Amino acid sequence: MAEPRVIVVGAGPAGVRAAQTLVSAGIRPLVVDEGSRAGGQIYRRQVESFSRGYDELYGTEARRARDIHETFEALAPAIDYRPETLVWNVAEGRAWLERAGETAAVDYSALIVCAGATDRIVPVKGWNLAGTYSLGGAQIALKAQACAIGHEVAFLGSGPLLYLVAAQYVKAGAKVAAVLDTSAAWRKIAAFAQLASQPDLLWAGIGLTAALRKAGVPVLTGVTPLEITGDPASGVQGLCIRDASGRERRFACDAVGMGWHLRPETQLADLARCTFAFDPLTRQWLPETDADGRASTPGVYLAGDGARVLGARCAEVTGELAAMAALADLGHAVDADRRRTLLAARADYATFAKGLARAFPWPHELAAAVADEAVVCRCETVTAGTLRDSVRDLGAAEANRAKAFSRVGMGRCQGRYCGAAAAEIIAAARGEPVERAGRLRGQAPVKPIAVATTRTDG
Amino acid sequence: MTGRFRRLAETDRSVVHLTVDGAPVAALAGDTLMVALLASGKALRDSEFGDGRRAGFCLMGACQDCWVWTAAGDRLRACSTLVSSGLSISTHQPEALWPNLA
Repeated sequence: MAEPRVIVVGAGPAGVRAAQTLVSAGIRPLVVDEGSRAGGQIYRRQVESFSRGYDELYGTEARRARDIHETFEALAPAIDYRPETLVWNVAEGRAWLERAGETAAVDYSALIVCAGATDRIVPVKGWNLAGTYSLGGAQIALKAQACAIGHEVAFLGSGPLLYLVAAQYVKAGAKVAAVLDTSAAWRKIAAFAQLASQPDLLWAGIGLTAALRKAGVPVLTGVTPLEITGDPASGVQGLCIRDASGRERRFACDAVGMGWHLRPETQLADLARCTFAFDPLTRQWLPETDADGRASTPGVYLAGDGARVLGARCAEVTGELAAMAALADLGHAVDADRRRTLLAARADYATFAKGLARAFPWPHELAAAVADEAVVCRCETVTAGTLRDSVRDLGAAEANRAKAFSRVGMGRCQGRYCGAAAAEIIAAARGEPVERAGRLRGQAPVKPIAVATTRTDG
Repeated sequence: MTGRFRRLAETDRSVVHLTVDGAPVAALAGDTLMVALLASGKALRDSEFGDGRRAGFCLMGACQDCWVWTAAGDRLRACSTLVSSGLSISTHQPEALWPNLA
């Protein structure tokens, strides 16, 4: 009997641990990753010739980053590694791979999707100006390329990444104009007990805020974003907000890094026809899995932030768990004690993630109230007003119909950056709860591939 | 011209020469095209929908807002493509120009 083929999508912390677990069980997985080097985004590696050390790049997570990188390097002889390769479709038990203009479909017995997450965005008037970046993007500029996204950078949003990126910028010598958190200070205190489930992470977060204040960076909480100002030709020139006391303030800057926590990359799970369920705490539709990571579609397993945003540390846990589930389903014996330990760790991280969601909530009321003239879809420059018209005048009742009418979500990011806010705008325009707005269906190819792509599997 | 991005470290690298919109640009070995273009200039492309210049957004291959074009008309995602010597890059989409046969 041929050895079952197991495909791992993604080589971040979840994908690396999944691959390692499979190799330990004697399986040679196919590991497909879009990056040129393993590590994913949070443990994203710099160019090989760069000289900055792990402590400088990854701070408190340096040891974990190094372990993920070294583990993956040691796996090289035991896996079939495909870097710079996109899985652009999953259908009928096959994954479609694309690299450098060539594509082939690969059968699988088990598919472990560790596709990671992207920034969750609230549109702000003017965010289509050049010089506006996602928080994740701002961090990658520094981590992978040793650059700041601007000469004077304002950070806007909420969540741990807001403070982390800003502190990393300050430490690296960048000028940070302000850190502007839409979450009010009292929310962090209210979530304290849940955040204390990971005391070192909580402590690290408190340290970041202290470091920013010590550096003289204005740190404001409970802000309402008003507008990113600038010029269509030259880009961002400033950021206007209303502070917690109701006063309008403007910060001069030539770049804005913005993001409100993360949203998982669920397109492949969707194409594999996995069932989704609405998560009321984070107000998102997420693929359903059991605690081990089994999705509703047999043979499909989801792990890491691509399944549910539980953070990089937990991604190592869920990656291993998902691989163990796949192994069990393929008839391998798994270590029951190890599984129990991992499930307990996952539960602790889930408690911490709930605390984060309460301390730094997705500001759905801001998304729902985005001004009519503000761009929601950055790909095709479609405004909130046009989206609302598709609901009020044309009768769109959910996200996919509104997409057909307004093109919000139709652009080449496929709704990654507008979808979360669009759902809030649609729901508010209809006076319905956000789950009724549904979710944008995943479409193949999940990222653009050239029309001239050649099929190499006959 | 002042660039959009600011280099903070790792500047002791060999210089790579490329051409951007016909003008010479000096980048550093290991730069992505995005960094090469934005360390010396302000933008990567035009929005196709008339709201101005764009300079990328996510830097992780998700948003597709950093497309640039080679002299041969091939599209490159600037955030995930490394510079190479002698590249000629256009920050204006060539396909958008249709001949006027009237």
